[in-house]
Amino acid sequence: MDTRDTPEQAELRRSARQLAANLGVRSVGDLDDLDRRARLAAAITDAGWLELRDDSGDGSPLASAVEAAIVADALANAVADAAFLGPLLAKDLARRAGLELPVATTLAFNPRLDGPGTATGSATSATAEAVYAVDARGAAEALVLIDEGKGLHLGSITLGSLAETDRGNDLTRAVLTIPTGTAVRPLAGSGEISSADLVQLQALGLALTCADLVGGMRGVIDVSVEYVKERRQYGVAVGSFQAVQHLLAEAHVLMEGSLSVSLHAAWAVDALEPSAALVAARIAKTYCARAARTINETAVQVHGGIGNTWECIVHVYLRRALLSSLLFGDDAAQLNALADDRLGVH
Amino acid sequence: MDYRDSHEERAFRARFRAWLAENNPGLPASSTDDAYWQRQAEWHTALYRAGFFGLSWPKRYGGHELPTVFDVILDEEVARASAPPRPSLGYLVQGLTRHANDIIKDRFLPGLISGQERWCQGFSEPDAGSDLAALRTTAILDGDEYVIDGHKIWTSYSDVADWCFLLARTDATVAKHKGLTAFAVPMNQAAIEQRPLKMINGITTEFGQVMFDGARVPAANMLGDPGEGWRVAMTIVSHEREPGELGYQARYAKTVKELEKKVAAAPESFRNDVRESVAWAYVQTEMLRLHVCRRLSERLDGVDHGPGGSIDKLLMTWTEQSVGAAAVAVAGSSAITDSENVELKTYLYSRAQSVMGGTSQIQKNIIAGRILGMA
Repeated sequence: MDTRDTPEQAELRRSARQLAANLGVRSVGDLDDLDRRARLAAAITDAGWLELRDDSGDGSPLASAVEAAIVADALANAVADAAFLGPLLAKDLARRAGLELPVATTLAFNPRLDGPGTATGSATSATAEAVYAVDARGAAEALVLIDEGKGLHLGSITLGSLAETDRGNDLTRAVLTIPTGTAVRPLAGSGEISSADLVQLQALGLALTCADLVGGMRGVIDVSVEYVKERRQYGVAVGSFQAVQHLLAEAHVLMEGSLSVSLHAAWAVDALEPSAALVAARIAKTYCARAARTINETAVQVHGGIGNTWECIVHVYLRRALLSSLLFGDDAAQLNALADDRLGVH
Repeated sequence: MDYRDSHEERAFRARFRAWLAENNPGLPASSTDDAYWQRQAEWHTALYRAGFFGLSWPKRYGGHELPTVFDVILDEEVARASAPPRPSLGYLVQGLTRHANDIIKDRFLPGLISGQERWCQGFSEPDAGSDLAALRTTAILDGDEYVIDGHKIWTSYSDVADWCFLLARTDATVAKHKGLTAFAVPMNQAAIEQRPLKMINGITTEFGQVMFDGARVPAANMLGDPGEGWRVAMTIVSHEREPGELGYQARYAKTVKELEKKVAAAPESFRNDVRESVAWAYVQTEMLRLHVCRRLSERLDGVDHGPGGSIDKLLMTWTEQSVGAAAVAVAGSSAITDSENVELKTYLYSRAQSVMGGTSQIQKNIIAGRILGMA
């Protein structure tokens, strides 16, 4: 056992953090800098990170979930407002169906956001249930699973005019509402998506949302520690007060524990049997989602009044954490699934 | 990044698992039953003789010079077999290895590691708890011996100890952190009196007070240099905070397994909040196991004696207390109606984890000051 990064993983971690630090979001005002955002999206594409889960030629992905998690962590650390998770998951799913996606495509989720969106129909025509295209910035299409009554296949929804509608409440990743009855184009040649595929996709999605949560935790703690060292009351930095110190120390410890479970969950995706990978992912998501909530609330608190205003960056982290917590099932969902697994169904 | 066993690790795991199947003494948990401590020495000796103790320590002193990650495997297998955890001595070994001279190391490390000589730790005093450097026990040079006078408290297993790793004041004229020196004090002398303390959960063999009234220790038994005591103590407490040194996660995993068994036997009789409490204790225990995997892997780059132990201590504390909370939740009313209820004992014992080895508040001070730079 050696849980350290390989030299290649360490180099990827370094370069991903560097890129995110250069082109990510440092203030709420940065969110309106469309030129920066376009350069960030282009840099992610140029780095080849969206292709990490593409087919390497033998059906296996080009890179393991560990590399994808390293990138997810780095991007969330700088609340990067360009698509990564959605397109990456769409490509992972397409690989399983033996397809290549010709245009920028993200993944559609069901209304609870705890799994892929679904449609009903046949191999030639289908219509969507109510679904949400997540991480849809720059995407032309969103994938759904078509249930034809004899196995699951992939279909795609053209986002087109929808792209101008409500974009959801995560300010860094667009969430588009796709109404029930929207036409779904069955993808010709889609192989069947097995239940094992879905378990692996869920394990991957949980592991990557954990990595996203951990990156966000580190980012928001850094912002908060910096703030309390500067903000003065009673003639001293508020960070000199033990009450404030202990809140941030706890946050730091929760982040460290979250990192330990999330690294293992990412490794487990490709290294363990799907059911064992899912258990590792559920453990990680339970821990990380709870920790992220506490840490982000602490960050709002230690910023005082400013922390409750739109222009303070903390809510950008908090909103992102809320979406990442929900994707593939939040902490309560995972905890109950683990309880059913280990304690027998209630 | 790879969590799988290497070839050598797999062979070690198989060998230990087979040995454990024949040699598990089936002791009750150390935290809830005096019977554990009555037979702990046997368990230590058995592990040592079979070659399963002191895995990462130097061969010269009876160790095996294996990478530290082998301790994770040992702890996992102990938990799997519901066997007793390995004796928690790593922090004393780290303290001696880092600070003592070669003569002292040759004299004391082999007996400490083999279990032939038993040790206790004399740091805290009634008026020096979190403020350890305020301790008042004195060691005064008299010929080639020091004479010890003072009162130590929270001393675990002092009644069976051959030696005390004692922290005493040798110079009252300098600043309080600078006048301290560490010694290996022989416990078998009339000038040392033991006073056991009964713990919150009723166990009596763990904690005690030790009174030194003119006890004597050869000057040659000094651990480190005169005035180096504070640094020695900080090395020890930083490692005393590390679950990787202590092996406690095996104890937590064992308790969680017992709670899960109890609930799974009659799922319909437990409310959902009780189930969630048990599942959360499982999540925390797994988190701690994986955190130790990460920490011990990092040690492949070399041992760090820095403030990171405070992070690990808090994670360990939150884990133990989540296990304690799950235990009392599973017990329900029997926690109060059954005078022998073991879950209540587990719960009550768990409250000490946020105090022993430095309170959670002290750990947070260290993290805020030395890691986050807020002091």
